[in-house]
Amino acid sequence: MSTPTTGPDVLGAPVPRRDGRVKVTGTARFAAEVPMPGLLYAAFVHSTVAKGRITGLDVAAAENSPGVALVMTHRNAPPMAAPPAFALHPMGASGDNLPVMRDDRVRWNGQAVAVVLADTQERADRAAELVTPSYAAEPAVTTWSAAKARGTARASNYGMPLTTVSGDADAALSAAAVSVDHTYTTPRESQNAMEPHAATVVWDGDTLVVHDCTQLVSQVAVSLAEVFGLRPDQVRVSAPFVGGGFGGKGLWSYLILAAAAARMTRRPVRAALSREGVYRLVGGRTLTEQRVAIGARADGRFDAIIHTGLMAMTEHNAVPEAVTSATGALYAAGSFRLEVDRALMDTVANFYMRAPGEAPGSFALESAIDELAHELGIDPVELRLRNEPETEPVTGRPFSSRHAVEAYRAGAERFGWSARSAVPRARREGEWWVGAGTAAATYPYVRFPGGAARLVLQPGGRVGVEAAAHEMGMGTATVLAQITAERFAVPLTAVSVSYGDSTLPGVIMAAGSQQTASLAAAVAAAHRELVGGLLAAGAAAGTGSPLAGCTADTVATRDGGLCRLDDPDAWEPYDALLARAGLTELRAEQAAPPPAEMGAWSIHSYGAVFAEVRVNDVTGEVRVPRIVGSFDCGRILNARTAAGQFRGGIIMGLGMALMEETQVDGRTGRIMNPSLSEYHLPVHADVGDIDVIWTGIPDPRTPLGAHGIGEIGIVGVAAAVANGVYNAVGVRVRDLPITLDKLL
Amino acid sequence: MTTDRSVTVNGDPVPLPDDPRVSLLDLLREYAGLPGTKKGCDQGACGACTVLVDGRTGGDRERILSCLTLAVQYEGRSVTTVEGLADGDLHPLQEAFIDHDGFQCGYCTPGQLCSAVGMAAEARRGVPSHVTADVTRSEVELTTAEIRERMSGNLCRCGAHHGIVAAIATTYAGAGR
Ligand code: FES
Ligand code: FES
Repeated sequence: MSTPTTGPDVLGAPVPRRDGRVKVTGTARFAAEVPMPGLLYAAFVHSTVAKGRITGLDVAAAENSPGVALVMTHRNAPPMAAPPAFALHPMGASGDNLPVMRDDRVRWNGQAVAVVLADTQERADRAAELVTPSYAAEPAVTTWSAAKARGTARASNYGMPLTTVSGDADAALSAAAVSVDHTYTTPRESQNAMEPHAATVVWDGDTLVVHDCTQLVSQVAVSLAEVFGLRPDQVRVSAPFVGGGFGGKGLWSYLILAAAAARMTRRPVRAALSREGVYRLVGGRTLTEQRVAIGARADGRFDAIIHTGLMAMTEHNAVPEAVTSATGALYAAGSFRLEVDRALMDTVANFYMRAPGEAPGSFALESAIDELAHELGIDPVELRLRNEPETEPVTGRPFSSRHAVEAYRAGAERFGWSARSAVPRARREGEWWVGAGTAAATYPYVRFPGGAARLVLQPGGRVGVEAAAHEMGMGTATVLAQITAERFAVPLTAVSVSYGDSTLPGVIMAAGSQQTASLAAAVAAAHRELVGGLLAAGAAAGTGSPLAGCTADTVATRDGGLCRLDDPDAWEPYDALLARAGLTELRAEQAAPPPAEMGAWSIHSYGAVFAEVRVNDVTGEVRVPRIVGSFDCGRILNARTAAGQFRGGIIMGLGMALMEETQVDGRTGRIMNPSLSEYHLPVHADVGDIDVIWTGIPDPRTPLGAHGIGEIGIVGVAAAVANGVYNAVGVRVRDLPITLDKLL
Repeated sequence: MTTDRSVTVNGDPVPLPDDPRVSLLDLLREYAGLPGTKKGCDQGACGACTVLVDGRTGGDRERILSCLTLAVQYEGRSVTTVEGLADGDLHPLQEAFIDHDGFQCGYCTPGQLCSAVGMAAEARRGVPSHVTADVTRSEVELTTAEIRERMSGNLCRCGAHHGIVAAIATTYAGAGR
């Protein structure tokens, strides 16, 4: 294979994953697989009422069951502070801010009311069945209609109310020549990473060592320290391999309970949730109800966009589904009213799932655009191009790098969009109606403060790079090695990477599609520091170095060494510089500079999705044999893993479109389909051909010119499929998922 | 805790625990020190726990879901897990998974690998699937549609389906093994 492994081309190349061998040989150790002597296994007892008090909790039979070491309930659990919640506290990792097992209160159906530890999983599971709680149930809000009736309020995202108003959109809508105005709904969904949440936990004196499956190592460490009254350096969280996250792998009660139980028994504990346990204790994407109204002129230009959303949350969390966030970035319009409200339910706290906000929001917005295109008699691609903004709508901020139109055109070309019939129900092949749909996508660029990295220059031109980053399958380890190899101009094989541990530098969440930008900025900063130090020590005046007198600003890297910017022949390998400095290795650790690019510029990833949709005339079954995703996400740093991120997002979008729904029993508040046989995911037979292409145009304002790519893939897919369904059979489905009963 | 009866795993005897509730999956992961086989649901719905067992059909190894199998059912029989898949360094399918990027997080991967090995043997024996056009043929050609259909019991939430199918196709399609 001609994949470059060094030189300037190493960035962007389809470099194979660093962790390939350990993953295909089964030697990668996930959190539930860390061996420990004297291990105890945890089993959880879940409440069966949505709200109330525990009135009885008979644990005698469980305690006397063979192999049982502990039955922990609110009666004997050690005191624990409430965990800091994500988005409510700068280092909060927890899905909610409820104290864990502190009192007899039940706040959702499925809450853990007892934890059993035994010497085998079988014995723990059996004993958990013997715990018999009884409850004094209290009235709970467990239906969407009851939640709305109780009252709604404006939702906030990181403390910012989700309100954006520009002009008088309501007046413009009533005055518009052509308009659409519809309601769209999206259901609860579960991240369903293939690895169920799991941790292996051990106390070493007063130090808590946690092998977890988290995508937030640093925040989980700080949050656990807060819960147990420890200094942050008394908690170490290690998560080198995470079997998928998709937003679901923050801090949830199972880990706090495992740590508490381990402390009580002074033995290591493994808490590996059952699949049902994941549904009971971990929150997924919440349901939304959205109104999109668009008023347009006869030529298709938008005068008004009204996008309002209402979604379910709980009293104990601060993670809304910001469904309007893409709307203000995609299209020019004379006026906007964008608002998101929330209603409260008594369920497990909802949490993020891939492209929170944008994924459900784009279903509503991009369906409405398609409906409007139909009303206007304008091709849906053309309609979108006609409303391409010059600057960010509403704010007027300049775009840093926006090539959405190029991406849209390239996607339409690749898909063969021009062959589509503008009239629905025009093409039939045997039993199947055939149609095509499209949708636009966007996802904001984010770079959270806190990124940092440590670089270690070693003999032989070897470089180590260390950062508290996460590898859940995105290719983080691989791209971090590429970034470092490129910076130092050394071969990929000379770079070693350490990640997935809270003792490493930085707070680098695998969230918001921001990890790579954060790492790139941190590596650049640390590299500059290291080169400066190396020159000061090894190329001082009088040392005879060809680089004598140089600073980090006057050198470049080349061929495993440094050279003068103004004279590339004046070059010296790293080993020679280290030797002159009398060093065997040199370290530098630096934080990334604050993300100033985010304030000054409107920075987004963009995409266009095209789907071929087939609907069976007899059964209503929907098949999607072909999807094209065309993206404009800045510079692509690894063509292979990037394609995987785009495709993976698109496939999750396919699930969102056609099958995914977490169903809550309105009578009890209990999730009714907590399994992979009843919650359907796309399987191999559902996944057709998915072609992904990208502009690859670097953004001059972002680290390495890159934008985020982890979430944009899912955005727009459900709308593209729904629009394709309409084109195939003339039925507009505004309520996800598009199951066959809605088409018969 | 263990008995003098055993299951042979990757050629080595693994003693059976005295608790008959232990599944084959838990035997591998918790007793034999072989956690390469994954637990995605423990309910037969995801395929992550797929392993190969000595077959009754022509010596082929057959794919089973180890979470739905009690360890004691396999007393005296042979089980191959992802850790024992390769004869030498890597099994050709393992290499193909790396070459075609047939995984992201890697959690479904051991199950996909073992499942594909068993699946290819089924096709070789002419076992038809829902999409097989000619069910009378003695060997089924592993088209993309056949692979997708036959691998649908192995979920992948990361969405690595294309790489998985491509890796299986290059390893088995038309190659006669
Ligand atoms: S763990 Fe066996 S099928 Fe899921
Ligand atoms: S690679 Fe993550 S589930 Fe398949």
